[in-house]
Amino acid sequence: MNTVVVDSISAAEQGTSLWTDAWARLRKNRLALFGLWVLVLFSVIALLTPWLAPYAYDAQNLDLGPTPPSAAHWFGTDIFGRDLLTQIMYGGRISLAVGFTATAVALLIGVTWGAIAGYVGGRVDAVMMRLVDILYALPFMIFIVLLMVVFGRNLLLLFLAIGAVEWLTMARIMRGQVQSLRQQEFVEAAISLGLSPTTIVRRHLVPNALGPIIVYTTLTIPSVMLLEAFLSFLGLGVQPPQTSWGLLISYGAETMEEFPWLLIFPGAALTLTLFALNFLGDGLRDALDVRGSGD
Amino acid sequence: MWRFVGWRLLQAIPVILAVITVTFFLVRAAPGGPFDSEKAVIPEVKAALEAQYRLDLPLAQQYLAYLADLAQGELGPSFKYPGRSVNELIAAGLPATAELGAYALLVAIFFGGMAGVIASLKPNTAQDYIPMSLAMIGICMPTFLLGPLLVLLFGIHLEWLPVAGWGDMPGDKILPSITLGAAYAAYIARLSRAGMLEIMSQDYIRTARAKGLPEWQVVTRHALRGGLIPVVAFLGPAFAGLLAGSFVVETIFQIPGLGRFYVQAAFNRDYTMILGTTVFLSTLIVLFNLLSDVLAAWLNPRLRAQFGEA
Repeated sequence: MNTVVVDSISAAEQGTSLWTDAWARLRKNRLALFGLWVLVLFSVIALLTPWLAPYAYDAQNLDLGPTPPSAAHWFGTDIFGRDLLTQIMYGGRISLAVGFTATAVALLIGVTWGAIAGYVGGRVDAVMMRLVDILYALPFMIFIVLLMVVFGRNLLLLFLAIGAVEWLTMARIMRGQVQSLRQQEFVEAAISLGLSPTTIVRRHLVPNALGPIIVYTTLTIPSVMLLEAFLSFLGLGVQPPQTSWGLLISYGAETMEEFPWLLIFPGAALTLTLFALNFLGDGLRDALDVRGSGD
Repeated sequence: MWRFVGWRLLQAIPVILAVITVTFFLVRAAPGGPFDSEKAVIPEVKAALEAQYRLDLPLAQQYLAYLADLAQGELGPSFKYPGRSVNELIAAGLPATAELGAYALLVAIFFGGMAGVIASLKPNTAQDYIPMSLAMIGICMPTFLLGPLLVLLFGIHLEWLPVAGWGDMPGDKILPSITLGAAYAAYIARLSRAGMLEIMSQDYIRTARAKGLPEWQVVTRHALRGGLIPVVAFLGPAFAGLLAGSFVVETIFQIPGLGRFYVQAAFNRDYTMILGTTVFLSTLIVLFNLLSDVLAAWLNPRLRAQFGEA
């Protein structure tokens, strides 16, 4: 079992021992492993929700109304008699999708931006990073609210808006990495071989900066999910008939006096996921020995 | 030092200008005019309204006129509350929000700082793990979940504290302040722990101990100052987060503050209000960032030497 895992990882990374070491360290960190498993479990459930969900997403039962958890409805039902577990599963699909997609957008912009600034250096670098500094100082939470108001509340815009905010730290980290890497011999060797800058950045710089990127990505996902839930709670994010954990929490908070389970279960789902991601991120940071530059 | 402050002030100007410009054109780009919702306004009335709000001018002129107003501290009239200016609405909402933010910040600094320092004194023992686990919960539990849960527990079940309001009943400020401050207490706990751990291994701490100072004096006199620099640097960004958090907390606890106005303005499409509040809040945030940077630099002797005696 042990060797199989190690083999597959080192095969993927062409035998660099860094990743084997990191995996061995990560495996000793119980909290991080717990986070990893929770994350895998929730992702699988989210992917298979249409087949796993105990009830249909839009199935209402107005005669039933809100009921506390029971054998038929494990997490109870809401005021329309809808199964809460089903709602949470479908809500999780959206929450996780926003988390992963927006982080991917941030990753793409941030890594590209930072790599170019760090590699080209000089005046280009100065201009690009000044822009990042200026954007950093902008109150983005307010801007996202503004964007959602101005352009209506659609999910694609939400992905883009959140992604566009979160790339800044990624760009800074990437630039720092590339700057220190580009003075090393193997990059000089690549330059003297006549490789194009694009190839050097893609094949030599980005892979070598992967550690910090992975760590920071893992820690970006929870902050993105929190942002989505924040917007949905205010009514500016995901809109019915779609649902998300943030939206379920906001409905739950309205009726928590009589039906507390409507608040507690969606809240637990979101908090558990954020826990898992933060633990995993912290564990990865230790395992890959990344000195935090983001915080 | 003053050169540093001046330099940072100079940097703040393009940021604020960018905020104003982006916000202005975003709001103007929004589909649907502010008076579209009213049922069949007579064309003459609509024209009069538009003239009053300068909507009949070309966009560039509107922008310049707005900048000229801003330069005089005039944020314009509200679309939705005729006869009231954005300045008045902000003035009405600001006291509650400022008070809430100040209390939350106090909660965050006091509890977070204390937890972090206590944890850092005996790393990897129960004295470290317990406060740090609590901090992790604080980071992962969103404000909009913590608030309702606290209300459920202390307001509804135990009936110890009021569930809503601001300054109407004794004790009604406690739950909102804790709700808003909790997440920042958690971050501050982590930052101050890390900062203190780094400082406590420095040579000058060993010197202080070698002088025979009692441990509490080593911590309070020598370590705290350096160990808390990351916390001070964090306060600027935290301020922006606190403002955004106040949107949620003011909604949950029905506090008549700026955050609730902003969310309502967003729903009402009260464009001048959105514009005015955004500009106002952004300027506040930029200034607060500046303040926290200057404070952090002042606490750091190396930076002070670099800018100070020049």
